[in-house]
Amino acid sequence: MHIPDGYLSPATCAALYAGAAPFWYVSLQRMKRAFNTRMVPLLSVFAAFSFIIMMFNLPLPGGTTGHAVGVGIATIVLGPWASILGISIALVIQAVFFGDGGITAIGANCFNMAIIGSLAAYAIYRMLSGRAPITSVRRVIAAGIAGYIAINLAALAAAVEFGIQPLLYHDASGAPLYAPYPLRIAIPAMMIGHLTVAGLAEMVVSAGVVAYLQKSEPSLLTRTAPGAAEGSAVAPNLRPLWFALAVLLILTPLGILATGSAWGESTPAPEPRGLHALASFWTAPMARYAPPFLKSPAFGYLLSAMTGTGLILLAVLFAGWIANKRSR
Amino acid sequence: MTGSYIERTIASLIAASERAAIAEQLAFSEGVMQRVDPRVKVAGLFALIFVVAASRRLGVIAALFVIAVVLAAASKVRMRRLAGWVWLPVLFFTGAIALPAIFLTPGRAVGLAMTEQGVRAAAFLIGRAEAASTLSALLVLTTPWPWVLKALRIFRCPMVVVAILGMTYRYIFVILQTALEMFEARQSRAVGILPPSERRRLASSAAGVLLSKSVQMSGDVHQAMRSRGFRGEIHLLQDFRARAADWCWLAGFGAIAAASLWYGR
Repeated sequence: MHIPDGYLSPATCAALYAGAAPFWYVSLQRMKRAFNTRMVPLLSVFAAFSFIIMMFNLPLPGGTTGHAVGVGIATIVLGPWASILGISIALVIQAVFFGDGGITAIGANCFNMAIIGSLAAYAIYRMLSGRAPITSVRRVIAAGIAGYIAINLAALAAAVEFGIQPLLYHDASGAPLYAPYPLRIAIPAMMIGHLTVAGLAEMVVSAGVVAYLQKSEPSLLTRTAPGAAEGSAVAPNLRPLWFALAVLLILTPLGILATGSAWGESTPAPEPRGLHALASFWTAPMARYAPPFLKSPAFGYLLSAMTGTGLILLAVLFAGWIANKRSR
Repeated sequence: MTGSYIERTIASLIAASERAAIAEQLAFSEGVMQRVDPRVKVAGLFALIFVVAASRRLGVIAALFVIAVVLAAASKVRMRRLAGWVWLPVLFFTGAIALPAIFLTPGRAVGLAMTEQGVRAAAFLIGRAEAASTLSALLVLTTPWPWVLKALRIFRCPMVVVAILGMTYRYIFVILQTALEMFEARQSRAVGILPPSERRRLASSAAGVLLSKSVQMSGDVHQAMRSRGFRGEIHLLQDFRARAADWCWLAGFGAIAAASLWYGR
């Protein structure tokens, strides 16, 4: 995802430098206010950490390997503003000293990975983790999903930047001057690799490091967890979910007010003979959500919904009972 | 397989350290570009990189690439090293991206399903990437990193950012060394083949340990800075002094950049 020199036009690079500048400025001001003299060593060491994390090659499901950017875990531990600066500094050193990413594209790379990545990771992590306790599994899952989505949004931004180049810049013969592929090629080409490999690497690092810190140093996870519940194994409050389920059950008869049948469920073509032979193999006791012993379609719908929900709950309770028995 | 994963990680960490050490050694050697004022080098080479990105003529991009190669040769940078560190990786990476464009870009057919516009598009992409990478490599291979950072001040880069970049570079090698020792310690205890899930856990916990150590280190560094009188103000020692030759180099870079911009319109 590190965009090299020559892939983006100078105008695009300038626009992305200009787009990144206000975020850098705000981050710097916030960091100065929040950390005072601690800012310089904190950012330096964390930028160095992000740099090293980008060198870790992770084995991924499917036999391939990938490396993470570390934007998910940097955001969760430091907060979004410090992460923007820390990842940006790591990207500058990568571009200038190690040639990973172009010097003219530093603004674009920082905009995509440091800014979009950090802000997206923060929003998703906060939304998914809610007020869950610091050591809850929910935070591990939230961290993984936040890292995965953040890196994919950053990749999407890079793909759009690539994809608009041939529309805007070409020579007299029509040859593209910079990244040559239009949006319809650039977006899938970038996203396939990130949805399947790079995103997974970011997910593994974000979730794995949060799980590790929960056991070894949970205090590092408190910065982005304001109002996190005390304790480690607090049962989640399920009352709102039960209430929502009850409302949905009561509203099920609304389905019969709609005219026509659900899209894709009608069978205009004649049934194949083989399927027809099997049609009588099993007769549903509440076919078409209309139990034969009830005359009212609305009550039939309601009873079907209650029966279906009850069966699902029973199945889940049974699975939980089996899992508990095995773990003991 | 287990060993190979840990070994591969160790090898990549060692390669990064070695590359930095060689670059530093080269930057202090006696060569043409090493004698130029770092501010002139940063301004001049950044200007040429910008011109490479802005040029609309392949000939101009090729000429700038040749200038970069000549300057590298005059600065005792071995061509083999440039090829291994810059040219081949860029060719493989950008070449793989540019290759389909030869066939997919609409335009006048030139045989074998290739189009003239596609060939030009691929040449632009590879040419720009090679020329710009060679110029940026030339900067870091002929200038010690602390001098590059100090020279950034001519672009009005805030002093605090220059200080953070300098400290980051220093701590990259401290954390790199820590990571190296962790993986070596793990390797010495590894027996048999670890399954992929265990290798993922190993990488995640290594990252977690490094994170904890980084937090600890930032606290220690802060205490050390405070004990030496750091109150938040940053002062850099500005000991660069431009000589007549440096002004000539600046004029030379300016002339090349202006001429390339003119011809590359």
